[in-house]
Amino acid sequence: MKFKTNTSPFFSSNSNVSTVMLQVILALIPGTLVMIYSYGWGVLINIILAIIFAVALEAIALFARKRPILPFIGDLSAVVTAWLLALSVPPLLPWWILFVGIFFAIIIAKHLYGGLGYNPFNPAMIGFAVLIVSFPFELSQWIEAGKLGSTLPGFIESLQTTLGITPPPDWDAITMATPLDAVKTGLRAGATSYAEIAQQKDFSNALNSWIYISLAFAMGGLWMLYKKIIHWQIPTSILVTLGLFSGLMYLYSPESYGSPILHIFSGATILGAFFIATDPVSASTTPLGKIIYGASIGFFIYIIRVWGNYPDSIAFAVLIMNMAVPMIDYYTQPRVYGHGKKPSHKKGVNK
Amino acid sequence: MSTNTSYKLWKIHGGVHPPFHKEESTQHPIKRAGIPKQIILPIQQHIGSPAEPLVAVGDKVYKGQLVAKANAHISANIHASTSGTISAIEELVLPHPSGLKGLSIVIDTDGKDDWGQSGKYSTYESYNDVEPELLLKRIQEAGIVGLGGAVFPTSVKIEGAEQNEIDTFIINGAECEPYITCDDMLMREKSAQIVAGIRIVQHMINPKKCLIGIEDNKPEAIQAMQQACENDPNINVINVPTIYPSGDIKQLTKILTGIEIPSGTRSVNAGILGQNVGTIYSIYQAIVDGIPTISRITTVTGKGIQHPQNFETLNGTPFSFLAEQAGGYTKMADHLIMGGPMMGFALPDDKPPITKATNCALFTSTTALRESNSEFANQPTLPCIRCGKCMDACPVNLLPQQLYWHIRAKDLEKAEQHFLNDCIECGCCSYVCPSHIPLVDYYRFAKNEIRDQKIAQEKANLSRERHEFLLFRKEREKREREEKRAAHKAALQKKKANAKKNGDKNNGAKTDSKADAIKAAMARAKAKKEQREQEKKTTDKTKKENTVKEISDASNKEKEVKKDEV
Repeated sequence: MKFKTNTSPFFSSNSNVSTVMLQVILALIPGTLVMIYSYGWGVLINIILAIIFAVALEAIALFARKRPILPFIGDLSAVVTAWLLALSVPPLLPWWILFVGIFFAIIIAKHLYGGLGYNPFNPAMIGFAVLIVSFPFELSQWIEAGKLGSTLPGFIESLQTTLGITPPPDWDAITMATPLDAVKTGLRAGATSYAEIAQQKDFSNALNSWIYISLAFAMGGLWMLYKKIIHWQIPTSILVTLGLFSGLMYLYSPESYGSPILHIFSGATILGAFFIATDPVSASTTPLGKIIYGASIGFFIYIIRVWGNYPDSIAFAVLIMNMAVPMIDYYTQPRVYGHGKKPSHKKGVNK
Repeated sequence: MSTNTSYKLWKIHGGVHPPFHKEESTQHPIKRAGIPKQIILPIQQHIGSPAEPLVAVGDKVYKGQLVAKANAHISANIHASTSGTISAIEELVLPHPSGLKGLSIVIDTDGKDDWGQSGKYSTYESYNDVEPELLLKRIQEAGIVGLGGAVFPTSVKIEGAEQNEIDTFIINGAECEPYITCDDMLMREKSAQIVAGIRIVQHMINPKKCLIGIEDNKPEAIQAMQQACENDPNINVINVPTIYPSGDIKQLTKILTGIEIPSGTRSVNAGILGQNVGTIYSIYQAIVDGIPTISRITTVTGKGIQHPQNFETLNGTPFSFLAEQAGGYTKMADHLIMGGPMMGFALPDDKPPITKATNCALFTSTTALRESNSEFANQPTLPCIRCGKCMDACPVNLLPQQLYWHIRAKDLEKAEQHFLNDCIECGCCSYVCPSHIPLVDYYRFAKNEIRDQKIAQEKANLSRERHEFLLFRKEREKREREEKRAAHKAALQKKKANAKKNGDKNNGAKTDSKADAIKAAMARAKAKKEQREQEKKTTDKTKKENTVKEISDASNKEKEVKKDEV
């Protein structure tokens, strides 16, 4: 009797790229819901539009590159990218700005580098970086945090604004700076102290909304850790480093530097630590490398936030460290079975 | 003592928990597979040199008769596993995935299973009184090789252990590969013999301690072994956690002793001797029963076979015969895997024989293999997303994702720097990969490439050396020639100089002598002319001869004169 031949191992576990991505999406849901609650339907509209743009562009890119379309769309990586970018931009952003961001994320940052698995930079953060450099004004227009169904614009209204059917609202009346933005501009504009800014009602209102959103994202992140989709090193090292630096500076001068609470719970810190910096393709992959990578991101987040030009800095911190990944990975190989405590790289060659 | 359950164990990095499928083949006791019509004995069933056939076609052989002899230190004897007549010694398909052929001795069996007059060896029942050298000789004669799958000649391994101080003697009963249960069943049924086998090796190598490692998913085997060595304080049965690949000797050593066998060295150098329980049983048979390695326990299992179970199989039994003994194939059978699903290899045909290495014949189907993840059965391979699941699963603590990356980029040097050669090809990385990348295939490929490159490099080095030597030699010869010439020249110049010095004195004399010589020659010629005229009547022949002689004489003389002049 004749038999089929292939090579061992002959069976595999049921882990799967789509499952991994689907679990990431599931983990994003709690934070997303709280964000919709605080910032209105615009958040959801952004996510839906971003996913449509991303999947369509991904399909076109795959077609153009003569790759099988369905399995690669089915891996859901474009959906995750779109979702993360959509969460990073303000609600009620004109649709075409979002489109530009997604275009850069999917086409430039991902497919021009060879598609899934080959992008050296985090695609969502490339998209965001392009937008914040090109449209700084539009990207600073966060509407005032409120409650869904009361103060926030309704779904249809939001959709019409995003699509440009109705003229954009009087931004001055409904928007406000994000807490990080408020601190930065406030301190630069000559406010006497951080405490003074923090006392403003709008500020504490906004900060509170971000704390809830961050906690919900942290929940999702912890679930991913439990499910072993991400490793503990990156989120932990980002949060510890950022907490440490902001804590030290706050202790040194509570007047002129934001508190660790502000730095950890506002902006995209938690989202970045659990969902963005952990993008496996562009992040460091060795256990020690992940710690170095995460700690450096935490460090750069603080530096850019406090002394840089942009209110938030997850994107730039992540992109800077993406560049260092090949080197970090090379020099942080773990000790291999049967090798001494410190395996030097050259040792391997002599074998 | 022997029922030590609180023994300190160490953790290995990584490992996986695939579905183990052990129950299917442990429902029945070990059965004798019987005698097939033909026995096929490849002369290479072990690591090392092939054995050398001692029989010829037409010879009658008895059971246990030596048919092929180890002809090198690392080689192993092969014995007839039953009686019959040698019908062929030819190249036959080996149990190898490529369908590779190798020289094999074919026995047409006579069904008598006749040991003949002197078939069995003398038995050493009180082995503790026997010199270890004699025991080692017996182990060598009996053709015992590592039956866990490595098929390294056991006598060579024990000899190495005797030369080193062995701290821990590990008996490997972990059997971590899914589906395989031959060691499990052997421990259940032959525990006393295995313990006796352990004592034989203890007597030979005097280890400080002796540990039997068995995965805790084999409670019956653990119990049987514990009972068998209950009163022996020197042998401990240790439950090790069920995790693949704990049965790899490197991993088992780490789990039991915390020691890591240094990369590129053998375990005996680290004071560890590891032996599979099947090998220990073979040692027992050779020493106490006087039987060479002519059979082994083989698990026949999988959805492709009617009655999965373990067989005591004669060496050389074709897979097809074994399948018949297990009730034949089911409709599902489309795969024959020799070994387990993690590290075994697929055979294209069931005609090749069971050899000493065959611990399992897994008859199965593509769907059965994928039943654990049927929903993704046809999913294509996706790119690596560097999720690191492979890294978490690697028992050697490699970075499989980085290895894959560098091998894809054909950067083999980087792959080596990432310790490719420490990969044990256990398959854990491929097993967990969410992109379904056949990672182990890449590593096998790269290892072969590196090996080939090294061989090519060595060849290139050799021919470069040869070429360089050729150039050197030519250069040397040229130099020597020139030196010679120079020396000659110098000598001549010296001579010339001397000649010049004495020139004034000798010049006149020399010219005189020259003139004299010419005169003499002319005189001789004249005389000859006269003589010729006188002898005109004599024959032409003589005349000619004379002339020739004269001329040559004259020219010789002239030459001499010239030489002198110079």
